[in-house]
Amino acid sequence: MSFDPTALTQLAKLSSLNLAPATLSQLSDDMSSIFGLIDALQAVDTTGIAPLSHPLDTIADMTLNCREDVAVATDPVSALANAPETENGLFLVPRVIE
Amino acid sequence: MSEAYPTIASLAERIRTKQISATELAEDGLRRVADNAALNAFFPVSRDLTLAEAKAADVRIAAGETSPLLGIPIAHKDIFVTCGWPTTAGSKMLEGYISPFDATVVEKLKAAGVVSLGKLNCDEFAMGSSNENSAFGAVKNPWDRSRIPGGSSGGSAAAVAAGIVPATTGTDTGGSLRQPAAMCGITAIKPTYGRVSRYGMVAFASSLDQAGSMAHTAQDCALLLDAMAGSDERDSTSLNSEKANASIWRAFSANIASKHPLNKGFENLRIGVPKEWMTYAGDLEGTRTDGIHMDVAVAIHHALDVFTNHGATLVDIPLPRTALSIPAYYVIASAEASSNLSRFDGVRYGHRAAEYTDLNSMIFNSRTEGFGHEVKRRILTGAYVLSHGYFDAYYLQAQRVRRLIAEDFQAAFEHCDLIMGPVAPTTAWKIGEKSKNPTAMYLEDIFTLGVSLAGLPGMSIPCGFGLNNMPVGLQIIGNYFDEAKMLADAHRFQQLTDWHQQHPGVKS
Repeated sequence: MSFDPTALTQLAKLSSLNLAPATLSQLSDDMSSIFGLIDALQAVDTTGIAPLSHPLDTIADMTLNCREDVAVATDPVSALANAPETENGLFLVPRVIE
Repeated sequence: MSEAYPTIASLAERIRTKQISATELAEDGLRRVADNAALNAFFPVSRDLTLAEAKAADVRIAAGETSPLLGIPIAHKDIFVTCGWPTTAGSKMLEGYISPFDATVVEKLKAAGVVSLGKLNCDEFAMGSSNENSAFGAVKNPWDRSRIPGGSSGGSAAAVAAGIVPATTGTDTGGSLRQPAAMCGITAIKPTYGRVSRYGMVAFASSLDQAGSMAHTAQDCALLLDAMAGSDERDSTSLNSEKANASIWRAFSANIASKHPLNKGFENLRIGVPKEWMTYAGDLEGTRTDGIHMDVAVAIHHALDVFTNHGATLVDIPLPRTALSIPAYYVIASAEASSNLSRFDGVRYGHRAAEYTDLNSMIFNSRTEGFGHEVKRRILTGAYVLSHGYFDAYYLQAQRVRRLIAEDFQAAFEHCDLIMGPVAPTTAWKIGEKSKNPTAMYLEDIFTLGVSLAGLPGMSIPCGFGLNNMPVGLQIIGNYFDEAKMLADAHRFQQLTDWHQQHPGVKS
């Protein structure tokens, strides 16, 4: 697997990242070598093997430990305290509708 | 005024007998943080916050309370959010972030009476094996400051090894508690996945992340982990069963009382030794030709001799898919990271770029400036393996291999009680030595990743020294919920050896 700059640029777009030309070539080398490792998975015969997403699913059927779905109030002051910009108790972002 | 490398047990005794107060211990701890500033293990302390916690502990002590952690100074990996101290997760993205709530681990330990000295440096979003990925500089290994402390809980391991605090919290996604513990010559345990709540732990890979404890001794690790563990309705992956909620400390104490180490303390203990680990010569894509290094292998064999000399038997077990744990882990962890880190958009919290033209460029610029190189690499890797056309071939295939790896461990546990082997193929390397080559660094995690993929509990205990007088860690792996047994056998080992009592600068 090799990552040409075009493929990498598309991937960066999906990830909401800008890649400067200098990082692009470095990353394309890095990613190619990482996928050199990862491609070892392709040789494994996994016919009939179910994917394991929760590690303890091998020993028991795992059900998520969910609390009752009751709304809990959030203090608006602390919820907004870390926001880069706020206005009238709301998160402020650049204008999206002209 | 006090011992250079105190344990929780020794400090608790001095508190109990009124030789020292929590406030005096906190003052002493803050001095130790300042004296060891060159290690870069701690983020800026807050004297007022620490002393307020110490004062509260002293009030409880004066009222006659005798909980074993009351007044004990510790510190948290900066991946746990805290109301008072800023939480960065080692990233510029979260610089200055102050959480409106405490992580469950922090809350539980506070309730147990510990006094926090502050937050510990770590790899950015816990992604790394050397602590060099921290946006705030690498932590230095107290045994040799030109070397890495391991990662990602590098600050947590260095702080204990240097005697700044007797114990710390850390997290382990692919070895991040065990590997730095091994490289700094201390003891650490990562429990069964789900035993400790992840609520308030900055998320990296949610199906792998698990918090644990670090200290000089297995006994101290047991004490701290016991206070951290337990079901939490705020984390849907925290387990809620009789087994998962059983007291680790009570089971540990009962196990210790049942057998004395000198009196054939390991009789009936069958130790599985994966032959792939002791002879491993992985050469994935020609990036490495050696396996476990000779100095590490010698220390591991000597440690196994201690067990067999006191009654244990060794069993050869196969873990044939050990090498595959690397690609499976990097696919799953990167996929989960790319999903988890999509929350950082510069809107509600975290870094916002100063320059942008519209909403999209604000998000793009904020993420580009806020994330470091390794984090971007993993986000891109994750985005790729989750993208249309590759999801099945990479992501689901990695999860199928994950099941095979977990089943290999279950098959091994049919023939043994605990599995033991190295934590890492080498001792701590020089800062900068491997940071240019991401895959060389990934290969260092070969012996710890499988345990994380399977969600099993794993420990590292000091078992000797390798080349350049750097510590070696013995990995102990138990089956699900066997933490108390692992800790008890590690404790017996520590009654028979003094590796855990050797410290940087005072090695005998």
